[in-house]
Amino acid sequence: MQSFTTHTGLVAPLDRVNVDTDQIIPKQFLKTIKRTGLSEGLFYDWRRKKDGSQDPEFFLNQPRYKNATILLTRDNFGCGSSREHAPWALLDQGFRCVIAPSFADIFYNNCFQNGILPIVLKADDVQALFKGAAKEGYQLTVDLAAQTVAASGGATYRFDIDPFRKDCLYKGLDAIGLSLQHASAIAAYEKQRISDAPWLFTDLTAR
Amino acid sequence: MAAKTLFEKIWDAHVVRTEPDGTTLLYVDRQLVHEVTSPQAFESLKLAGRKPRRPGATLAVPDHNVPTTDRKLGIADPISAKQIQTLEENCRDFGITIFGMNDSRQGIVHVIGPEQGFTLPGMTIVCGDSHTSTHGAFGALAFGIGTSEVEHVLATQCLIQNRPRTMEIRVEGKLSERCSAKDVILAIIGKIGTAGGTGYVIEYTGSVIRALTMEGRMTLCNMSIEGGARAGMVAPDDKTASYIKGRPMAPAGHLWEQAVKAWQALPTDSGAKYDQTVELKAEQIAPQVTWGTSPGMVTGVDGKVPDPKAMPDEKSKQSTERALEYMGLTPNTPITQITIDKVFIGSCTNSRIEDLRLAASFVKGKTVAKSVHAMVVPGSGLVKQQAEQEGLDKIFKDAGFEWREAGCSMCLAMNADVLLPGERCASTSNRNFEGRQGAGGRTHLVSPIMAVAAAVEGHFVDIRNWK
Repeated sequence: MQSFTTHTGLVAPLDRVNVDTDQIIPKQFLKTIKRTGLSEGLFYDWRRKKDGSQDPEFFLNQPRYKNATILLTRDNFGCGSSREHAPWALLDQGFRCVIAPSFADIFYNNCFQNGILPIVLKADDVQALFKGAAKEGYQLTVDLAAQTVAASGGATYRFDIDPFRKDCLYKGLDAIGLSLQHASAIAAYEKQRISDAPWLFTDLTAR
Repeated sequence: MAAKTLFEKIWDAHVVRTEPDGTTLLYVDRQLVHEVTSPQAFESLKLAGRKPRRPGATLAVPDHNVPTTDRKLGIADPISAKQIQTLEENCRDFGITIFGMNDSRQGIVHVIGPEQGFTLPGMTIVCGDSHTSTHGAFGALAFGIGTSEVEHVLATQCLIQNRPRTMEIRVEGKLSERCSAKDVILAIIGKIGTAGGTGYVIEYTGSVIRALTMEGRMTLCNMSIEGGARAGMVAPDDKTASYIKGRPMAPAGHLWEQAVKAWQALPTDSGAKYDQTVELKAEQIAPQVTWGTSPGMVTGVDGKVPDPKAMPDEKSKQSTERALEYMGLTPNTPITQITIDKVFIGSCTNSRIEDLRLAASFVKGKTVAKSVHAMVVPGSGLVKQQAEQEGLDKIFKDAGFEWREAGCSMCLAMNADVLLPGERCASTSNRNFEGRQGAGGRTHLVSPIMAVAAAVEGHFVDIRNWK
């Protein structure tokens, strides 16, 4: 996984609450068996007008946001389906960071698996960033070690993050590799559990 | 010993180790797998040269992409076909049990888990699917995960988790006649909002929950995620054990006795504390109908489409306006005046035998309105068989419903069952997001008997005084 240390990038604002993962990437793009190339499906329906043509008003269709790497949005971003295709599509589009007042749990978690940093800031702070993002070329610098978001020549905002998640993202660690380091603890757990609750270990045998 | 909630008992029994910051390596008893969220997990596993730790703890089934029409014809869409074929190959390569598309036990992953006795109280159960919360109906801790985590569980039988907070949702009183678990959960989401449960595991308690059947409890827990909670649970009781007993994958003999004894110790101890409690009165719950593009945009069937002008703040005004524009609805229209084009009875929320029995009992002797296309998609091949043995298929077909093969179908329209732009559907599924049932399609979430009545009348009716 790509590590995340500091990142300076162009901000793209999506001023909507409760953006669900069906909007981030609709179902027809879930038939893939790959993780790559999903930016084609990112906000697919919202990018288009009813007649199917590109909607020039939609933020991602505007040339000024073409190279954006930080998505700024509102409450409960990523609600609904667990599809990891949502962060895959954002990453494929170039986004490394999403800032919102709150996220849905599964989406938040899925971001960390893919080197994307989801940042929770107070609604007032997010509002201030939206004001800033009205200006073309608005950039932010995110420093994961310091847990800060800074506007050039503007305010600095501090965010919270679990130390374990922070460490994994900062170093780009393979989460499965980390868990496998505890293989003996897992085996010990299983041994005890088989004796306490044997009905949980009547495993299926594939034919 | 300190008093514990149901959630705390299950969580504590599954902790393998804890990091200094509280991050926990949590043991996973069972994993369910379907074709959409697993191919990338298997691919990475292969690339890393890793093997599943306990292939026998995983059960796979294709459900999202399967056609609900004649399966002998195969799958018309080559990309869907490829995804299902990939699941079959992966299961073969890794020694995982799969119910293939033509297996009579095939069905929606959250229907077959309980049906097979694969889902048991006290377990941790995961699946790359947000509606995994369904299995919480059995007093299990069950939640949806992403594909990277599917791989993590395959490789380690564990997940790295942060301990969620607990929320009790207590529903007391007596439901009005013809109000169901679906109406209860929609009313709950209407009350707490779609993010109200974020960061929490919900335990549903109270006389109404205890009175629900297992099918009703599954409907209830299924939509916990629509309230933002990854998991919802109901404490196991005699109903739970009776439902499980004798199912193909359920424990038997002395293991059954031992398991039942352990399950009796699972319910929340008196004096245990939840981080938050929300209360609802059953008498205040009318049959529910969603009017917007999020499950929290819901009202009683005796209500009206809301007026954005009456919204308390600018943000709600904007999101209501946007939803009404998408839904093609005028403010203040009575819900019963909304006409529909399609009816979908199915999904992991409402496609079990009890749902079909009840819906059929309201269909008998009636006819689907000429303007409406209606379909019933059973949750599994076994539900379909059972329904056919009871003659339910005939009742539906005689009334003008299409009777289909099992799968997710029009709940998310990954197969050929799709709403056309502008079409309006009364659906027993769980999400009314924009485009969920097809680009431009308009979804109203309701209970199965509300859907049936809407199919017959061509518009929503208050099921409490229908006929």
